[in-house]
Amino acid sequence: MKDKIFRVNLTDMTTAVEEVPEAWAGHGGRGLTSTIVAAEVNPACHPLGPNNKLVFAPGLLSGTVAANSGRLSVGGKSPLTGTIKEANGGGTAAQLMARCGCKALIIEGQPADDKWFSLAVTPEGVTIEEETELIGKGNFEVLETLSSRLENKPAIITIGPAGEMKMAAANISIKDPDGGIRSNGRGGLGAVMGSKRVKFISVTPGDAKLDIADPEAFKAANRTFAKSLVDHPVSQALGQYGTNVLVNIINESGGLPTKNFTQGQFEGHEKISGETMHDTIKERGGRVKHNCHPGCVIQCSQVYNDADGNKLTSGFEYESIWAMGADCCVDNLDHIALADKLMDDIGVDSIETSVAFGVAMEAGILEFGDGEGVCRILKEEVAAGTGLGRVIGNGAGSVGRTYGVARVPVVKNQAIPAYDPRSIKGIGITYATSTQGADHTMGYTIATNILNVGGAVDPLTKEGQVELSRNLQIATAAIDSTGMCLFIAFAALDNEECLPALIDLINARFGLSLTADDVVNLGKYILKTEREFNEKAGFTNLDDRLPEFFYNEPLPPHNVVFDFTGEEIDSFWDF
Amino acid sequence: MKVKVKLFAYFRDNRFLEDFRDFPDGTTVGNVVDGLNIDREEVGVLMINSRHTSFDSLLKEDDILAIFPVVGGG
Repeated sequence: MKDKIFRVNLTDMTTAVEEVPEAWAGHGGRGLTSTIVAAEVNPACHPLGPNNKLVFAPGLLSGTVAANSGRLSVGGKSPLTGTIKEANGGGTAAQLMARCGCKALIIEGQPADDKWFSLAVTPEGVTIEEETELIGKGNFEVLETLSSRLENKPAIITIGPAGEMKMAAANISIKDPDGGIRSNGRGGLGAVMGSKRVKFISVTPGDAKLDIADPEAFKAANRTFAKSLVDHPVSQALGQYGTNVLVNIINESGGLPTKNFTQGQFEGHEKISGETMHDTIKERGGRVKHNCHPGCVIQCSQVYNDADGNKLTSGFEYESIWAMGADCCVDNLDHIALADKLMDDIGVDSIETSVAFGVAMEAGILEFGDGEGVCRILKEEVAAGTGLGRVIGNGAGSVGRTYGVARVPVVKNQAIPAYDPRSIKGIGITYATSTQGADHTMGYTIATNILNVGGAVDPLTKEGQVELSRNLQIATAAIDSTGMCLFIAFAALDNEECLPALIDLINARFGLSLTADDVVNLGKYILKTEREFNEKAGFTNLDDRLPEFFYNEPLPPHNVVFDFTGEEIDSFWDF
Repeated sequence: MKVKVKLFAYFRDNRFLEDFRDFPDGTTVGNVVDGLNIDREEVGVLMINSRHTSFDSLLKEDDILAIFPVVGGG
C-alpha cells in the first residue's frame, strides 16, 4: 500500500486523501510533523485558533516488525511555549496508523459551532462523526466505553477534560496494548486537539499491510538491531527497575531538583527510588516489566498495584516520580502513583503539572510534601476546571505569574524536568537551546554527564557541554523521525552495530541507500527548520536562556550555579 | 579509615544498601569493588562524595563511596 497524507478540515467538515508531496517523502515522525507545520502553519497564529494545525505522523519504521518502532509524533504550534512542538509517545496508534497507509494525519480549521467530534482513520481515509456521550469524560472512561462501542480493536487517541478545557498542560493520550495510557505529554498539544473539538481518534487498519522494498534485508537488519538493544546492559536495567532507577543515581550526583529547585538532593529519595518501587511491585503482584507498544524489546514500563493488589497505575516513569516526589517533597510512592493515575485520566502532562504543584507549594497554596492535597486538588480543582485548577493546568509558569513566585523553573514557559542544570551542566544547554522549551529528551546529556554512556563528560564543568548537547540534539531529531523509542540511543552510543542496522532497516523498508551522513544531515535539517519557525514566531537568542535564579542561587550540595554566558549558549547553533 | 559504602540496584542483592566499613590506608575504589565480589565489568558509575571517580582513586577517611551498575532511563 502506498503512503498517503490524510487531511481533515473542521471548518468545512471535509476530508481528503492526498498524494505525498515529494519534499515530504523521505520524512517520518518528528521530521515530518515539523516539516508540515513549518510549511503550512503561520508561525504568528494563535495556537488555539483556526490557523494552527495538529499533525500526527508515525515514524519511518512504524508499522513494520522493527523492534521498538511504535512511537507516534504529534506536532503543531504549542499553546504552552508558542514555539513549534513535537511530542511523541508509545501505545498502539503509530503501528496501526502506518498500516492504514497514513503517512500523516493533518487536522486543520475549527468548527463554527460548539459541537464535539470524533475521527475514524481506516485505509480508505478519515471520517468525521459528532460525539456527545464522551464529552467531559476522563481518558479511562473514554477507553472503556470505546472498547465496547468500536469493533476490531482500534488504536485510540484521546484527550481528557484538560484538553477539552484547552489547558496549556493538556496532553494527548494513546491506548497501550493492555488498555493503559501512554502520553504525548509535553507542550499542551491536547489543548490544540480540544480547540479543534476532536475528543478522540480511532485507527483501524483491518488486514492492510505495509510494503517492504527488500523483506530479506529488512529481516536481517532487524535481527542485528534487536540484538544490539537486548544485549546492552542499560536495556536490561530498564527492564528490571524502569526509568525510575535514576532517582538514586541523580540524587547521589547532587542533581535531583528538590523542593521547587532549591536543593540537589532529596531526603526521601530511597522511599521513591526504582529499587523500592521494584520491591513494592513484586510484593503486591504487579508487573515489573511491561511494553508500551507492541514490538518493544526493552520493556521499561510496569504495572504498579496498590496495597490491596489492585492496579493503581502503569507507565510510572522517573520524570513523573521525581516531579511529584522530590520536587514537591512527597515521599509516599502510593500518593505519587495515585496522582499519576489522576493526571493520566484528566489528560495533563505529569512533568508540567507536577512542577506547577512545586511552584504552588512555594506560593503557599499547599504544604511541601502534601501528596494527599495534590490528589485532592487534581480531582476537585483541575479536573473540574475551577479557577485554581485552570491556573495549575496551565503549567508552572502560569502558577508563578498568578501567585507572584520568582523561582519558576521553566524555559520558553515549559517546565524544566528532572535534572538540575547547575550541577549537570550539559542538560542546561539542552534546556536553553531546545527548539521546544525545556525538555530533557531533546538532547539527553545525562547519558554522558552522569551514566558514562557514550563516553564521560564531567557534569560540573563547562568544558565539552555545548558540543555534547549539539551532537545529541542532532541525533535525537533523526531518531525521533524513525518511530524508534529514544532508549535505543543507549545502545546506539555504545554498540557500533546498532546505528548501521537502523539505517539498513530504513533502506530496506523504502529501497533507499542512506548513509550515516544522511542521518546527521536529517537531524540538522530538522533543528534548523524548527528554529526558523520559532524565529518567525518572534523568538530570538535571548529566549535561549535559563531563568535568573539558576545564575545566582547556588545549589547544594555542590553549591554551584549555571555559569554559561549568552555567547557560549548561542555557539550551540554553530553548525 | 572509615568509609561509607553505598550500593544500588541489583548490587544490593545479598549484600547491603549502605555500610560503614574500615579499610587500611591506600585502599582504592577498585579494591572495595573487588572485595565485594562485584564484577568490574558490571560497574557503570562510581562516585566519591557525589563526584564521579574511577577504580584507581584512593579513598580517605569519611569518604562516601557509591557504586552503581550500568543503568539508564530518562
